[in-house]
Amino acid sequence: MKISVVRNVMEANDRLAGEIKNLLAERGILALNLMSSPGAGKTSLLERTLADLAPEFKMAVIEGDLQTDNDARRVAATGAQAVQINTEGGCHLSSSMVLEALKSLDLTGLDILFIENVGNLVCPAEFDVGEDFKVTLLSVTEGDDKPEKYPLMFNLSAASILNKVDLLPYVDFDMERAKGFMRALNKDIDIFELSCRAAQGLNGWYDWLRQKRAAKKA
Amino acid sequence: MHEMSIAQSILDIVNQEMTKNGLTKLIKVQVKYGWLTNTMPEALELAFEALTLDGQYSPLKGAVFALEAVPTRYQCGQCGIEFSPEEPAHLFVPCPGCGEEFGHKVLAGKELYIDFIEAQ
Repeated sequence: MKISVVRNVMEANDRLAGEIKNLLAERGILALNLMSSPGAGKTSLLERTLADLAPEFKMAVIEGDLQTDNDARRVAATGAQAVQINTEGGCHLSSSMVLEALKSLDLTGLDILFIENVGNLVCPAEFDVGEDFKVTLLSVTEGDDKPEKYPLMFNLSAASILNKVDLLPYVDFDMERAKGFMRALNKDIDIFELSCRAAQGLNGWYDWLRQKRAAKKA
Repeated sequence: MHEMSIAQSILDIVNQEMTKNGLTKLIKVQVKYGWLTNTMPEALELAFEALTLDGQYSPLKGAVFALEAVPTRYQCGQCGIEFSPEEPAHLFVPCPGCGEEFGHKVLAGKELYIDFIEAQ
């Protein structure tokens, strides 16, 4: 017999993402899903942010990588709570992994939760992990056409960070071209040009976090 | 791999639907997917085959796994006309009405769902 099903394949993931959203909403915690290629600077951005905003916010990090706890150790060195997920080959974080990781975090008084996704410009965009906003990083060493080549992630992101701008003199990266593609994919996207290494241009990003945090708490 | 977890979700839903309807042998599952979901049909078919070889999904082995692409539809962000692009997986395509390449609204192309199953 033929049975009409019409069920979304992602429903299990979306249901758990909904649970995470509720859990965080009850506590007024802002959750951000950080995505990028490997090496674009997600962990460096977190190291800066966690250190610089420590006096203002209580923050925690869920780190996703295929292997090692290198990143969790790097961000834990700033004093923030960190928990590492190893996907052992998996190309993205799913909401079941994030829900499991949340159990080992103390959410009391937490203001911001950063979820650092697996370095990959494709798959993580497909999976909601209960975040309020997706944030995509692109470093200037990767090439200005990446938003055009990997559109979905930029299309879904509320903010995009162009990192490593201190290297602009040494690479052929057209800033306006990259930003043009980003805005073409998502006209409301907030774009920040900064360098984590040189601690340059971070204030715009921090103000964005403050604003989103205040809106979530209200 | 991404297709592996999608295939797993599909098989979980199939199992639930079969139990609900008291069925034991899967003949066919029809999945519809949009071109904009980054789904690779070949990889999904392979994942389905691998997952049903043995283990918890082996009772579903041998069923037909049919994938049907949903045609992409855009509404031009500039002039508002609706159109289907020639390249269904491309987000940047010139609007046939006004030529605008960017900012189209996606009307269809992001679907990923199980349409029906045939079982006994």
